[in-house]
Amino acid sequence: MKFKINWKKIITGAMAIASVAALTAGVNFARPTTANAASNNSSVSAIKKRGQLRVAVFGDLPPYGWVNKNGKRVGYDVTLARQMAKDLGVKPKFVQVNANNRVDTLNSDKADIVLANFTVTPQRKQVISFAKPYMKVSVGVVSPKNKKISSVSQLRGKKLIVNKGTTAENYFTSNAHGASLMKFDSKTQQFNALKNGRGAALADDNSYLYAWTKKNPKYTVGIKSVGPHQYIAPAVKKGNTSLLNWSNKEITKLNKQGFFTKDYNSQLKPYFGSEVKPSDIILKQGK
Amino acid sequence: MGHSGINVLIEGTNLTRLLGGLWTSVWIAALSLLIGLALGTIFGMLRTLHNRVIRFILMLYLEFFRIVPTVVLLFLFYYILPRQFHINWPASWMAVIAFALWVAAEFSDIVRGALQSVPKHQRETGEALGFNNWQLFRYVLLPQAVQLELPATINLATRVIKTTSLLLMISVMDVINIGQQIIEANNQNYPTGVFWVYGLIFFLYFIIDYPLSRWAKHLEAKQKQ
Repeated sequence: MKFKINWKKIITGAMAIASVAALTAGVNFARPTTANAASNNSSVSAIKKRGQLRVAVFGDLPPYGWVNKNGKRVGYDVTLARQMAKDLGVKPKFVQVNANNRVDTLNSDKADIVLANFTVTPQRKQVISFAKPYMKVSVGVVSPKNKKISSVSQLRGKKLIVNKGTTAENYFTSNAHGASLMKFDSKTQQFNALKNGRGAALADDNSYLYAWTKKNPKYTVGIKSVGPHQYIAPAVKKGNTSLLNWSNKEITKLNKQGFFTKDYNSQLKPYFGSEVKPSDIILKQGK
Repeated sequence: MGHSGINVLIEGTNLTRLLGGLWTSVWIAALSLLIGLALGTIFGMLRTLHNRVIRFILMLYLEFFRIVPTVVLLFLFYYILPRQFHINWPASWMAVIAFALWVAAEFSDIVRGALQSVPKHQRETGEALGFNNWQLFRYVLLPQAVQLELPATINLATRVIKTTSLLLMISVMDVINIGQQIIEANNQNYPTGVFWVYGLIFFLYFIIDYPLSRWAKHLEAKQKQ
Protein backbone atom coordinates (compact mmCIF):
# COMPACT_ATOMS: atom_id res chain seq x y z
CA MET A 1 0.00 0.00 0.00
CA LYS A 2 2.71 2.41 -0.99
CA PHE A 3 0.05 4.53 -2.67
CA LYS A 4 -1.73 5.29 0.64
CA ILE A 5 1.44 6.53 2.33
CA ASN A 6 1.89 8.99 -0.49
CA TRP A 7 -1.60 10.26 0.05
CA LYS A 8 -0.83 10.94 3.69
CA LYS A 9 2.28 12.88 2.76
CA ILE A 10 0.31 14.97 0.31
CA ILE A 11 -2.33 15.72 2.91
CA THR A 12 0.26 16.64 5.53
CA GLY A 13 1.98 18.90 3.01
CA ALA A 14 -1.26 20.58 2.06
CA MET A 15 -2.14 21.11 5.70
CA ALA A 16 1.27 22.66 6.31
CA ILE A 17 0.81 25.02 3.38
CA ALA A 18 -2.69 25.87 4.56
CA SER A 19 -1.49 26.68 8.06
CA VAL A 20 1.33 28.86 6.76
CA ALA A 21 -1.21 30.68 4.60
CA ALA A 22 -3.50 31.11 7.59
CA LEU A 23 -0.61 32.46 9.67
CA THR A 24 0.32 34.96 6.99
CA ALA A 25 -3.29 36.08 6.81
CA GLY A 26 -3.25 36.37 10.60
CA VAL A 27 -0.16 38.56 10.59
CA ASN A 28 -1.81 40.74 7.98
CA PHE A 29 -4.87 40.91 10.14
CA ALA A 30 -2.97 42.03 13.21
CA ARG A 31 -1.44 44.94 11.35
CA PRO A 32 -3.49 48.11 11.58
CA THR A 33 -5.27 48.94 8.37
CA THR A 34 -4.86 52.50 7.30
CA ALA A 35 -7.83 54.10 5.66
CA ASN A 36 -6.47 55.99 2.69
CA ALA A 37 -8.27 58.95 1.25
CA ALA A 38 -9.39 57.20 -1.94
CA SER A 39 -11.23 54.31 -0.31
CA ASN A 40 -12.22 55.91 2.97
CA ASN A 41 -15.79 54.86 3.53
CA SER A 42 -15.95 56.81 6.77
CA SER A 43 -14.73 60.28 5.83
CA VAL A 44 -17.05 63.15 6.67
CA SER A 45 -17.91 63.61 2.99
CA ALA A 46 -18.60 59.88 2.53
CA ILE A 47 -20.89 59.91 5.58
CA LYS A 48 -22.75 62.98 4.34
CA LYS A 49 -23.10 61.44 0.90
CA ARG A 50 -24.51 58.25 2.42
CA GLY A 51 -26.76 60.25 4.74
CA GLN A 52 -25.91 57.84 7.52
CA LEU A 53 -23.44 57.79 10.41
CA ARG A 54 -22.74 54.19 11.36
CA VAL A 55 -22.11 54.13 15.11
CA ALA A 56 -20.96 51.12 17.11
CA VAL A 57 -22.73 51.14 20.49
CA PHE A 58 -23.43 48.73 23.32
CA GLY A 59 -26.86 47.19 23.50
CA ASP A 60 -26.67 45.72 26.99
CA LEU A 61 -24.93 48.35 29.06
CA PRO A 62 -27.32 50.67 30.85
CA PRO A 63 -26.95 53.60 31.30
CA TYR A 64 -24.43 54.05 28.44
CA GLY A 65 -25.89 52.07 25.58
CA TRP A 66 -28.96 49.88 25.94
CA VAL A 67 -32.42 49.24 24.56
CA ASN A 68 -35.51 50.33 26.48
CA LYS A 69 -38.76 48.40 26.70
CA ASN A 70 -40.09 50.04 23.57
CA GLY A 71 -37.15 48.74 21.58
CA LYS A 72 -35.49 52.16 21.35
CA ARG A 73 -31.74 52.56 21.76
CA VAL A 74 -30.98 54.96 24.60
CA GLY A 75 -28.13 55.87 26.97
CA TYR A 76 -25.34 58.37 27.52
CA ASP A 77 -23.30 57.22 24.49
CA VAL A 78 -26.39 56.84 22.32
CA THR A 79 -27.51 60.40 23.11
CA LEU A 80 -24.08 61.63 22.06
CA ALA A 81 -24.30 59.52 18.88
CA ARG A 82 -27.67 61.01 17.95
CA GLN A 83 -26.32 64.54 18.59
CA MET A 84 -23.23 63.92 16.43
CA ALA A 85 -25.35 62.53 13.60
CA LYS A 86 -27.67 65.50 13.89
CA ASP A 87 -24.76 67.94 13.70
CA LEU A 88 -23.47 66.13 10.63
CA GLY A 89 -26.93 66.43 9.12
CA VAL A 90 -27.33 62.67 8.75
CA LYS A 91 -29.22 59.81 10.40
CA PRO A 92 -27.49 57.52 12.91
CA LYS A 93 -27.35 53.80 12.16
CA PHE A 94 -26.46 51.69 15.18
CA VAL A 95 -24.28 48.60 15.07
CA GLN A 96 -24.43 46.69 18.34
CA VAL A 97 -21.06 45.54 19.69
CA ASN A 98 -19.57 43.69 22.64
CA ALA A 99 -16.56 44.97 24.52
CA ASN A 100 -14.18 42.65 22.69
CA ASN A 101 -15.26 43.33 19.10
CA ARG A 102 -15.17 47.13 19.16
CA VAL A 103 -11.78 47.40 17.43
CA ASP A 104 -12.62 44.81 14.76
CA THR A 105 -16.00 46.37 14.04
CA LEU A 106 -14.22 49.61 13.26
CA ASN A 107 -11.33 48.16 11.31
CA SER A 108 -13.42 45.84 9.18
CA ASP A 109 -15.51 48.88 8.19
CA LYS A 110 -18.73 47.87 9.93
CA ALA A 111 -18.96 51.27 11.61
CA ASP A 112 -17.60 54.80 11.12
CA ILE A 113 -17.19 55.60 14.79
CA VAL A 114 -17.29 53.75 18.11
CA LEU A 115 -19.20 55.36 20.97
CA ALA A 116 -19.27 52.41 23.33
CA ASN A 117 -17.75 53.44 26.64
CA PHE A 118 -14.39 53.04 24.91
CA THR A 119 -11.44 53.74 27.21
CA VAL A 120 -8.31 55.27 25.67
CA THR A 121 -5.29 52.97 26.11
CA PRO A 122 -1.83 52.98 24.50
CA GLN A 123 -2.46 49.49 23.06
CA ARG A 124 -5.69 50.53 21.41
CA LYS A 125 -4.08 53.71 20.07
CA GLN A 126 -1.79 51.54 17.97
CA VAL A 127 -4.68 50.16 15.93
CA ILE A 128 -7.32 52.90 16.02
CA SER A 129 -7.49 56.67 16.60
CA PHE A 130 -9.22 58.30 19.54
CA ALA A 131 -10.80 61.74 19.35
CA LYS A 132 -11.00 64.10 22.36
CA PRO A 133 -12.39 62.37 25.46
CA TYR A 134 -15.91 63.02 26.72
CA MET A 135 -15.75 61.13 30.02
CA LYS A 136 -13.31 59.94 32.68
CA VAL A 137 -13.23 56.71 34.67
CA SER A 138 -10.98 54.38 36.56
CA VAL A 139 -11.16 50.69 37.32
CA GLY A 140 -13.12 49.70 40.41
CA VAL A 141 -13.74 46.36 42.12
CA VAL A 142 -17.17 45.24 43.30
CA SER A 143 -17.74 42.47 45.86
CA PRO A 144 -20.56 41.16 48.09
CA LYS A 145 -21.12 43.36 51.15
CA ASN A 146 -20.72 40.45 53.55
CA LYS A 147 -17.38 39.42 51.99
CA LYS A 148 -16.17 42.86 51.11
CA ILE A 149 -12.86 43.31 49.35
CA SER A 150 -11.58 46.77 50.10
CA SER A 151 -7.95 46.60 49.08
CA VAL A 152 -6.07 44.92 46.24
CA SER A 153 -4.04 42.84 48.74
CA GLN A 154 -7.26 40.99 49.63
CA LEU A 155 -7.48 39.74 46.04
CA ARG A 156 -4.50 37.41 46.50
CA GLY A 157 -5.45 33.80 45.73
CA LYS A 158 -9.04 34.73 44.86
CA LYS A 159 -10.98 34.58 41.62
CA LEU A 160 -11.63 37.94 39.95
CA ILE A 161 -14.29 38.30 37.24
CA VAL A 162 -13.66 40.60 34.27
CA ASN A 163 -15.22 41.30 30.86
CA LYS A 164 -12.98 40.52 27.89
CA GLY A 165 -11.71 43.57 26.06
CA THR A 166 -12.28 46.02 28.91
CA THR A 167 -9.76 48.27 30.65
CA ALA A 168 -10.26 46.24 33.81
CA GLU A 169 -9.19 43.07 32.02
CA ASN A 170 -6.21 44.89 30.60
CA TYR A 171 -5.11 46.29 33.94
CA PHE A 172 -5.49 43.07 35.92
CA THR A 173 -3.90 40.95 33.21
CA SER A 174 -0.68 42.92 33.48
CA ASN A 175 -1.03 43.50 37.21
CA ALA A 176 -3.03 40.67 38.78
CA HIS A 177 -2.16 41.34 42.43
CA GLY A 178 -2.15 37.57 42.97
CA ALA A 179 -5.74 37.10 41.78
CA SER A 180 -6.69 34.60 39.09
CA LEU A 181 -8.88 36.08 36.34
CA MET A 182 -12.15 34.67 35.03
CA LYS A 183 -12.95 36.28 31.70
CA PHE A 184 -16.43 36.63 30.21
CA ASP A 185 -17.74 37.77 26.83
CA SER A 186 -20.51 40.13 27.85
CA LYS A 187 -21.67 42.34 30.70
CA THR A 188 -24.66 40.06 31.21
CA GLN A 189 -22.44 37.04 31.68
CA GLN A 190 -19.96 38.67 34.02
CA PHE A 191 -22.60 39.95 36.45
CA ASN A 192 -24.41 36.64 36.43
CA ALA A 193 -21.11 34.98 37.30
CA LEU A 194 -20.64 37.31 40.28
CA LYS A 195 -24.22 36.73 41.46
CA ASN A 196 -23.74 32.96 41.19
CA GLY A 197 -20.65 33.22 43.36
CA ARG A 198 -18.20 32.03 40.71
CA GLY A 199 -15.66 34.64 41.75
CA ALA A 200 -14.88 36.65 44.87
CA ALA A 201 -15.11 40.01 43.13
CA LEU A 202 -15.61 41.69 39.77
CA ALA A 203 -13.56 44.48 38.19
CA ASP A 204 -14.88 46.99 35.65
CA ASP A 205 -15.09 50.75 35.10
CA ASN A 206 -16.04 52.25 38.47
CA SER A 207 -18.83 54.51 37.20
CA TYR A 208 -20.53 51.46 35.77
CA LEU A 209 -20.11 49.56 39.01
CA TYR A 210 -21.69 52.39 41.02
CA ALA A 211 -24.72 52.14 38.77
CA TRP A 212 -24.84 48.39 39.15
CA THR A 213 -24.56 48.39 42.96
CA LYS A 214 -27.40 50.88 43.15
CA LYS A 215 -29.73 48.22 41.80
CA ASN A 216 -27.92 45.34 43.51
CA PRO A 217 -27.71 46.56 47.12
CA LYS A 218 -26.10 43.33 48.39
CA TYR A 219 -22.91 44.35 46.61
CA THR A 220 -20.57 47.27 47.11
CA VAL A 221 -17.72 48.92 45.24
CA GLY A 222 -15.10 47.99 47.85
CA ILE A 223 -12.19 49.32 45.81
CA LYS A 224 -13.24 52.60 44.25
CA SER A 225 -10.21 53.13 42.08
CA VAL A 226 -7.14 51.10 41.11
CA GLY A 227 -4.61 52.01 38.46
CA PRO A 228 -4.43 55.36 36.70
CA HIS A 229 -7.32 57.66 35.79
CA GLN A 230 -8.59 56.93 32.30
CA TYR A 231 -10.61 58.61 29.61
CA ILE A 232 -13.51 57.57 27.41
CA ALA A 233 -13.38 58.89 23.87
CA PRO A 234 -14.94 58.36 20.43
CA ALA A 235 -12.80 56.10 18.26
CA VAL A 236 -12.37 56.14 14.48
CA LYS A 237 -10.29 54.10 12.03
CA LYS A 238 -6.62 54.90 12.06
CA GLY A 239 -5.83 57.44 9.37
CA ASN A 240 -9.39 58.71 9.12
CA THR A 241 -8.26 62.29 9.82
CA SER A 242 -11.37 63.75 8.26
CA LEU A 243 -13.76 62.25 10.81
CA LEU A 244 -11.19 62.54 13.60
CA ASN A 245 -10.80 66.30 13.15
CA TRP A 246 -14.53 66.75 12.87
CA SER A 247 -15.11 64.74 16.08
CA ASN A 248 -12.51 66.78 17.98
CA LYS A 249 -14.23 70.01 16.97
CA GLU A 250 -17.60 68.52 17.81
CA ILE A 251 -16.57 67.45 21.33
CA THR A 252 -15.03 70.90 21.99
CA LYS A 253 -18.23 72.53 20.81
CA LEU A 254 -20.45 70.23 22.90
CA ASN A 255 -18.27 70.82 25.97
CA LYS A 256 -18.74 74.57 25.54
CA GLN A 257 -22.49 74.16 25.21
CA GLY A 258 -22.64 72.09 28.39
CA PHE A 259 -24.13 69.20 26.41
CA PHE A 260 -22.58 66.55 28.62
CA THR A 261 -24.08 67.97 31.82
CA LYS A 262 -27.50 67.61 30.21
CA ASP A 263 -26.63 64.15 28.96
CA TYR A 264 -25.41 63.20 32.46
CA ASN A 265 -28.57 64.47 34.13
CA SER A 266 -30.93 62.73 31.74
CA GLN A 267 -29.11 59.41 31.25
CA LEU A 268 -26.65 58.74 34.06
CA LYS A 269 -28.03 60.46 37.15
CA PRO A 270 -31.06 58.16 37.56
CA TYR A 271 -28.64 55.23 37.63
CA PHE A 272 -25.78 56.54 39.72
CA GLY A 273 -27.60 58.10 42.63
CA SER A 274 -25.93 60.29 45.20
CA GLU A 275 -22.64 58.36 45.40
CA VAL A 276 -21.41 60.03 42.23
CA LYS A 277 -21.16 63.72 41.25
CA PRO A 278 -21.28 64.83 37.58
CA SER A 279 -17.73 66.14 37.92
CA ASP A 280 -16.56 62.59 38.78
CA ILE A 281 -17.59 61.47 35.31
CA ILE A 282 -17.74 64.30 32.80
CA LEU A 283 -14.99 66.71 31.84
CA LYS A 284 -15.02 70.45 32.33
CA GLN A 285 -18.04 72.06 30.72
CA GLY A 286 -18.62 75.63 29.52
CA LYS A 287 -16.33 78.37 28.22
CA MET B 1 -43.56 38.66 44.35
CA GLY B 2 -41.29 35.78 43.52
CA HIS B 3 -42.93 35.32 40.15
CA SER B 4 -43.08 38.96 39.17
CA GLY B 5 -40.07 38.40 36.90
CA ILE B 6 -42.36 36.90 34.27
CA ASN B 7 -43.74 40.40 33.68
CA VAL B 8 -40.48 41.28 31.99
CA LEU B 9 -41.71 39.28 29.00
CA ILE B 10 -44.91 41.25 28.50
CA GLU B 11 -43.55 44.71 29.28
CA GLY B 12 -43.54 47.14 26.34
CA THR B 13 -42.61 45.48 23.07
CA ASN B 14 -40.31 42.91 24.69
CA LEU B 15 -42.17 39.81 23.51
CA THR B 16 -42.52 40.98 19.91
CA ARG B 17 -38.82 41.89 19.91
CA LEU B 18 -37.87 38.42 21.16
CA LEU B 19 -40.04 36.80 18.50
CA GLY B 20 -38.51 39.10 15.91
CA GLY B 21 -35.10 37.90 17.06
CA LEU B 22 -36.27 34.31 16.75
CA TRP B 23 -37.42 35.02 13.20
CA THR B 24 -33.91 36.33 12.38
CA SER B 25 -32.40 33.10 13.73
CA VAL B 26 -34.92 30.97 11.84
CA TRP B 27 -34.59 32.62 8.43
CA ILE B 28 -30.80 32.61 8.61
CA ALA B 29 -30.87 28.91 9.52
CA ALA B 30 -33.46 28.08 6.84
CA LEU B 31 -31.72 29.96 4.04
CA SER B 32 -28.32 28.52 4.98
CA LEU B 33 -29.82 25.02 4.99
CA LEU B 34 -31.46 25.57 1.61
CA ILE B 35 -28.24 26.76 -0.03
CA GLY B 36 -26.06 24.35 1.94
CA LEU B 37 -28.12 21.27 1.10
CA ALA B 38 -28.18 22.08 -2.62
CA LEU B 39 -24.44 22.72 -2.67
CA GLY B 40 -23.78 19.71 -0.45
CA THR B 41 -25.68 17.41 -2.82
CA ILE B 42 -23.49 18.50 -5.72
CA PHE B 43 -20.30 18.13 -3.68
CA GLY B 44 -21.45 14.74 -2.40
CA MET B 45 -22.07 13.54 -5.95
CA LEU B 46 -18.70 14.82 -7.09
CA ARG B 47 -17.05 12.97 -4.25
CA THR B 48 -18.31 9.62 -5.54
CA LEU B 49 -16.63 10.23 -8.92
CA HIS B 50 -13.31 8.63 -9.60
CA ASN B 51 -11.49 11.89 -10.26
CA ARG B 52 -8.78 12.02 -7.59
CA VAL B 53 -8.15 15.78 -7.82
CA ILE B 54 -11.80 16.69 -7.27
CA ARG B 55 -12.11 14.22 -4.42
CA PHE B 56 -8.98 15.58 -2.77
CA ILE B 57 -10.07 19.21 -3.02
CA LEU B 58 -13.52 18.42 -1.67
CA MET B 59 -12.04 16.39 1.16
CA LEU B 60 -9.83 19.32 2.16
CA TYR B 61 -12.90 21.55 2.02
CA LEU B 62 -14.87 19.18 4.22
CA GLU B 63 -12.07 18.85 6.76
CA PHE B 64 -11.58 22.62 6.90
CA PHE B 65 -15.21 23.33 7.72
CA ARG B 66 -15.47 20.38 10.06
CA ILE B 67 -12.34 21.21 12.07
CA VAL B 68 -12.65 25.00 12.31
CA PRO B 69 -15.15 25.96 15.03
CA THR B 70 -18.25 27.74 13.74
CA VAL B 71 -17.55 30.84 15.79
CA VAL B 72 -14.14 31.17 14.12
CA LEU B 73 -15.81 30.80 10.71
CA LEU B 74 -18.21 33.60 11.59
CA PHE B 75 -15.33 35.88 12.66
CA LEU B 76 -13.47 34.98 9.49
CA PHE B 77 -16.41 35.93 7.29
CA TYR B 78 -17.51 38.98 9.24
CA TYR B 79 -14.21 40.63 10.19
CA ILE B 80 -11.36 39.21 8.16
CA LEU B 81 -12.82 38.88 4.68
CA PRO B 82 -14.11 42.47 4.52
CA ARG B 83 -10.70 43.71 5.53
CA GLN B 84 -8.64 41.61 3.16
CA PHE B 85 -10.93 41.62 0.15
CA HIS B 86 -13.16 44.64 0.75
CA ILE B 87 -16.35 42.60 0.71
CA ASN B 88 -18.72 44.39 3.02
CA TRP B 89 -22.14 42.85 3.29
CA PRO B 90 -24.56 42.98 6.20
CA ALA B 91 -23.76 40.63 9.07
CA SER B 92 -26.79 38.41 8.44
CA TRP B 93 -25.71 37.72 4.85
CA MET B 94 -22.18 36.94 5.95
CA ALA B 95 -23.68 34.54 8.48
CA VAL B 96 -25.74 32.86 5.75
CA ILE B 97 -22.63 32.37 3.62
CA ALA B 98 -20.58 30.96 6.49
CA PHE B 99 -23.38 28.66 7.62
CA ALA B 100 -24.26 27.55 4.07
CA LEU B 101 -20.63 26.57 3.34
CA TRP B 102 -20.47 24.74 6.64
CA VAL B 103 -23.74 22.88 5.92
CA ALA B 104 -22.53 22.06 2.40
CA ALA B 105 -19.37 20.52 3.80
CA GLU B 106 -21.16 18.39 6.39
CA PHE B 107 -23.91 17.43 3.97
CA SER B 108 -21.52 16.42 1.21
CA ASP B 109 -20.27 13.69 3.51
CA ILE B 110 -23.80 12.52 4.28
CA VAL B 111 -24.65 12.43 0.57
CA ARG B 112 -21.45 10.59 -0.30
CA GLY B 113 -22.15 7.98 2.37
CA ALA B 114 -25.74 7.55 1.23
CA LEU B 115 -24.80 7.27 -2.46
CA GLN B 116 -22.16 4.70 -1.70
CA SER B 117 -24.52 2.63 0.39
CA VAL B 118 -27.04 2.23 -2.42
CA PRO B 119 -26.70 -1.48 -3.34
CA LYS B 120 -24.17 -2.05 -6.10
CA HIS B 121 -26.56 -4.01 -8.32
CA GLN B 122 -28.78 -0.92 -8.62
CA ARG B 123 -25.96 1.01 -10.26
CA GLU B 124 -25.02 -1.93 -12.44
CA THR B 125 -28.61 -2.37 -13.57
CA GLY B 126 -28.72 1.29 -14.52
CA GLU B 127 -25.50 0.97 -16.46
CA ALA B 128 -26.85 -2.09 -18.22
CA LEU B 129 -29.86 -0.04 -19.31
CA GLY B 130 -27.46 2.43 -20.93
CA PHE B 131 -27.83 5.29 -18.41
CA ASN B 132 -25.06 7.84 -18.42
CA ASN B 133 -23.54 9.17 -15.22
CA TRP B 134 -26.05 11.98 -14.78
CA GLN B 135 -29.03 9.73 -15.48
CA LEU B 136 -27.68 7.20 -12.99
CA PHE B 137 -27.55 9.88 -10.30
CA ARG B 138 -30.88 11.40 -11.18
CA TYR B 139 -33.04 8.30 -11.60
CA VAL B 140 -31.32 5.52 -9.69
CA LEU B 141 -28.94 6.67 -6.98
CA LEU B 142 -30.36 9.98 -5.70
CA PRO B 143 -33.96 8.80 -5.08
CA GLN B 144 -32.65 5.91 -3.01
CA ALA B 145 -29.96 7.99 -1.29
CA VAL B 146 -32.46 10.64 -0.17
CA GLN B 147 -34.24 8.02 1.93
CA LEU B 148 -31.01 7.03 3.56
CA GLU B 149 -29.74 10.53 4.24
CA LEU B 150 -32.94 12.04 5.60
CA PRO B 151 -32.47 11.32 9.34
CA ALA B 152 -28.87 12.63 9.30
CA THR B 153 -30.03 15.72 7.39
CA ILE B 154 -32.68 16.56 9.97
CA ASN B 155 -30.08 16.08 12.66
CA LEU B 156 -27.84 18.55 10.82
CA ALA B 157 -30.76 21.01 10.57
CA THR B 158 -31.33 20.98 14.33
CA ARG B 159 -27.61 21.60 14.84
CA VAL B 160 -27.68 24.60 12.50
CA ILE B 161 -30.70 26.08 14.31
CA LYS B 162 -28.96 25.71 17.66
CA THR B 163 -25.72 27.17 16.32
CA THR B 164 -27.48 30.41 15.31
CA SER B 165 -27.04 31.34 18.97
CA LEU B 166 -23.43 32.21 18.02
CA LEU B 167 -24.70 35.01 15.77
CA LEU B 168 -24.57 37.48 18.64
CA MET B 169 -20.77 37.37 18.28
CA ILE B 170 -21.03 39.16 14.93
CA SER B 171 -23.62 41.77 15.91
CA VAL B 172 -26.62 39.97 14.40
CA MET B 173 -29.76 40.75 16.37
CA ASP B 174 -30.75 37.15 16.98
CA VAL B 175 -32.99 35.92 19.78
CA ILE B 176 -30.10 35.56 22.29
CA ASN B 177 -28.78 39.05 21.61
CA ILE B 178 -32.21 40.62 22.10
CA GLY B 179 -32.70 38.48 25.20
CA GLN B 180 -29.53 39.97 26.68
CA GLN B 181 -30.69 43.50 25.85
CA ILE B 182 -33.95 42.85 27.67
CA ILE B 183 -32.25 41.26 30.67
CA GLU B 184 -29.88 44.20 31.10
CA ALA B 185 -32.54 46.85 30.51
CA ASN B 186 -34.79 45.32 33.17
CA ASN B 187 -32.27 44.28 35.80
CA GLN B 188 -33.39 47.10 38.04
CA ASN B 189 -37.10 46.26 38.13
CA TYR B 190 -36.95 42.52 37.53
CA PRO B 191 -33.84 40.94 39.04
CA THR B 192 -35.25 37.47 38.25
CA GLY B 193 -35.95 38.46 34.65
CA VAL B 194 -32.86 36.60 33.47
CA PHE B 195 -34.52 33.31 34.39
CA TRP B 196 -37.69 34.10 32.46
CA VAL B 197 -35.99 35.46 29.38
CA TYR B 198 -33.59 32.54 29.04
CA GLY B 199 -36.45 30.22 29.98
CA LEU B 200 -38.52 31.52 27.09
CA ILE B 201 -35.57 31.29 24.71
CA PHE B 202 -35.03 27.68 25.79
CA PHE B 203 -38.70 26.99 25.15
CA LEU B 204 -38.60 28.67 21.71
CA TYR B 205 -35.57 26.66 20.57
CA PHE B 206 -37.20 23.54 21.98
CA ILE B 207 -40.46 23.90 20.05
CA ILE B 208 -38.52 24.34 16.84
CA ASP B 209 -35.98 21.60 17.33
CA TYR B 210 -38.04 18.94 19.11
CA PRO B 211 -40.49 18.18 16.27
CA LEU B 212 -37.53 17.90 13.90
CA SER B 213 -35.76 15.46 16.14
CA ARG B 214 -38.97 13.41 16.60
CA TRP B 215 -39.39 13.30 12.84
CA ALA B 216 -35.82 12.04 12.40
CA LYS B 217 -36.41 9.30 14.99
CA HIS B 218 -39.63 8.31 13.28
CA LEU B 219 -37.94 8.03 9.89
CA GLU B 220 -35.12 6.00 11.34
CA ALA B 221 -37.55 3.58 12.95
CA LYS B 222 -39.40 3.25 9.65
CA GLN B 223 -36.17 2.40 7.83
CA LYS B 224 -35.34 -0.37 10.25
CA GLN B 225 -38.56 -2.20 9.47
